[in-house]
Amino acid sequence: MPGMVERFGRAAAPGLAQGPVHRIADRTMLVRRAGSPDEERTALETAIATASEDIAALMAAADEDGAAMLEFQLALLEDDALRAPALTAITAGTDAASAWRDALNAQIDDYRASDDAYFAARASDLQDLSDRVLGHLAGGGAEAAPAPGSILLGRDLTPSRFLALDWSKGGAIALSEGSSSSHVAMLARSRGVPMVVGLSDIPDAAFSEAIVDGESGRLVLDPLPEQRAALAALQSDAALRLGAEAAVLREPAHIASGERVAVLINVAEPEELAALDPAICDGIGLVRTEFLFSSPAGLPDEETQYRAYRTILEWAGDKPVTIRTVDAGGDKPVAGLTIDGESNPFLGMRGVRLSLERPAIFRLQLRALARAAEHGNLKIMLPMVTVPSEIDRAAALLGAAIEELEAAGIPCRRPPLGIMVEVPAVAVVPELFGAAAFFSIGSNDLTQYTTAAARDIAAVAELGDAGHPAVIALIRNVVEGAAKLGIDVSLCGDMGGDPQLLPALMSAGLRAVSVAPPLVGRVKLALARISGEGA
Amino acid sequence: MAEPGSSNGASAGSVLLTHAVGLHARPSVKLTKLAKTFGASIELGTGPEGPWIDAKSIVKVMAAKAPQGTTLHFRAVGPDAGEAVAALVDLVERDFDEAAAHAGNG
Repeated sequence: MPGMVERFGRAAAPGLAQGPVHRIADRTMLVRRAGSPDEERTALETAIATASEDIAALMAAADEDGAAMLEFQLALLEDDALRAPALTAITAGTDAASAWRDALNAQIDDYRASDDAYFAARASDLQDLSDRVLGHLAGGGAEAAPAPGSILLGRDLTPSRFLALDWSKGGAIALSEGSSSSHVAMLARSRGVPMVVGLSDIPDAAFSEAIVDGESGRLVLDPLPEQRAALAALQSDAALRLGAEAAVLREPAHIASGERVAVLINVAEPEELAALDPAICDGIGLVRTEFLFSSPAGLPDEETQYRAYRTILEWAGDKPVTIRTVDAGGDKPVAGLTIDGESNPFLGMRGVRLSLERPAIFRLQLRALARAAEHGNLKIMLPMVTVPSEIDRAAALLGAAIEELEAAGIPCRRPPLGIMVEVPAVAVVPELFGAAAFFSIGSNDLTQYTTAAARDIAAVAELGDAGHPAVIALIRNVVEGAAKLGIDVSLCGDMGGDPQLLPALMSAGLRAVSVAPPLVGRVKLALARISGEGA
Repeated sequence: MAEPGSSNGASAGSVLLTHAVGLHARPSVKLTKLAKTFGASIELGTGPEGPWIDAKSIVKVMAAKAPQGTTLHFRAVGPDAGEAVAALVDLVERDFDEAAAHAGNG
C-alpha cells in the first residue's frame, strides 16, 4: 500500500464521491516493440481476428440499426482488400501498427474527401476499426470496463468515452490535465458526476480507493479512516443543502427584491429529461444537438432529428424550448462534418460558419426543426454568429426549407430565429444584430474569446475567468443592447450556475439563466440572497 | 432495366441504382454477400467501360461511392455467371429490399 495521497486541482463538476480507483489507459502512451515481418504479419492477423470477435459480440447486444452498422464494419474488417496494403508494407519491413494505421488513414482520407455527406461520414467507421485493431496490437486489447461507481483517474477523458460509461451507480472523474470548460466537464455537470481537473503529480502507484470532492477540487487516494469519517460528515452537510434545494426546486425563482428571474435548463441528450420534472424550470434554454451527430451510425437523417426534437418539445409542454443548431468544431469534432487539421479549431470552421458551408446537412436540420415546431414552443438558436449576414443567410435557408415542406404538404411552422452571443464582435455592438429574435449569452466561449485563453489548455485556465470585469462589462452591454432592440436575452453558459458569479449577472441586469439540471435548486437558493442592485 | 446476356460461362448486365443514398453501407453489405454466394468471378463497373472492381469486396464496392442515379454494370465469368448477374441485377432492382426503411431519408 503506497499510503494516503491528497491532491488539489480545479473543481469541474460539483458533488462528492467515494469508490474504487479505475485508471484510464492512455492510448497515446502505448508502445510495442516491432518484430520480424513474419511476426508482424501474425500480430496484425491476430489483432484483426480479435477485433472481429469484439464486433460480433457488440452486434449481439445492439439494436437493429446499430447491428446493421456493426455488420458493415465487420464486413470491411474481414475483406482481404482492407488489410492488403498493410501486409504489403509489413513485407517491406514496416511494423504492424504503422502499416495498419497508414493503410486505414489512406482509406479514411479518401472517404473524408467525398462531397457526399453520407460517404464522408463513413470515415468514422474506418477510424473505429483502425483504433480497435491498434488497441489489440498494443496489447491489453480493449480496456476493461470500470466497475460501477468507480473513480476514473487519468490524464484526460474524451466525451465519447464518458458517454459510453454507466454513471447510474455514481462514480467520479479525476484528471491530471483536462479543463473545467471542456465538453466532457459539461457532460459531467449535467449528469451530476463529480469531476476535478488539473491535478498535478498523481503517483503511478496502485491505489484501491479514492474520494473526489468536486466542490473544492480535492482528490484523496487511499483515504485514512478519519478522512472517510469526514467524508460522511460532508455528505450529510451536502444532504442538508440538497434538502434546502429540494424545498425551492419547484418554486419560481426570485431575487431578494422579489423580482422574478427565469431559470431554465440546458439539455445535452433527450434521455436526461426522463428523470426530470418539467415543473422545476421555466423551460429549456439550450438543447445541444451535437448528441445526434456523434452516433457511430454517421450523420443523422431528418426523421431521426425530428423525432428527437419532438420528444424534447413534448416533455416541455407549453414552456419555451431553445434548440441550438449543430455546434460542431472547436473541441467537438464530428466525422464527415468538421474539418480536420485546422491550426486553431476554436477560431476556425465551427458553429453556424460550418452549417452555412455545408447547406445540405444544415437543410436537414432546419427541416426537422420546422416540422418539430408543430409540437411545442420552439425557438431556433444559431451558435458562433459573428456578422449580421449570417442570420440573414440562415433565415433564408430556413425559409426555403419551410417552402419545400409546405409544397410537399408536410405540417411545419416557422420558429423564431435567435443567436448565441459568444463572439466579442457581437457582444461589443449587439445593436447591429436586430435581425435576431433573441440573444442567449454563451458565457463559456465569450470568456475564452475575451480573455484569449483556450478552455482546453489547462495551463491558461486561470486566465479564462468568467468573472473578469471585461466579460461582465460585455454581458451588461448585451443586456442593454437587447433592451434597446426590444428582444429577450438570457445566458446559457456555466456562469449562470455559479453562485459566486450570479450577483454580478443580476447587477448587469440579466433576469434569465439556463443551467445544468442538477444546479437548478442551488441557483434558486443563491438568487434569493441577491439584491440585484446596480442594474 | 436488366439486359442480361450470356454465352460460354460469361455474362453481363446493367441496372439503374435508385437507392436514396446510393450504393451505401447496408446495400453494399447485401450486394457483396450475395456476390460471394456464386463461384463465378464478378466485377462491378460504374460505367459501361469500367473501371471494373471486384463485386465480392466491400472495401472496393464502397470506395466506388456510387450515388443514386448511377447505372451499375455487372460482368461475370464462370459456370454460374448467368445466375450471378441476374441475381445481382434483381437485388438492385428490388432496391436492396429496403425502400421502405429509407422513406424520409433526404
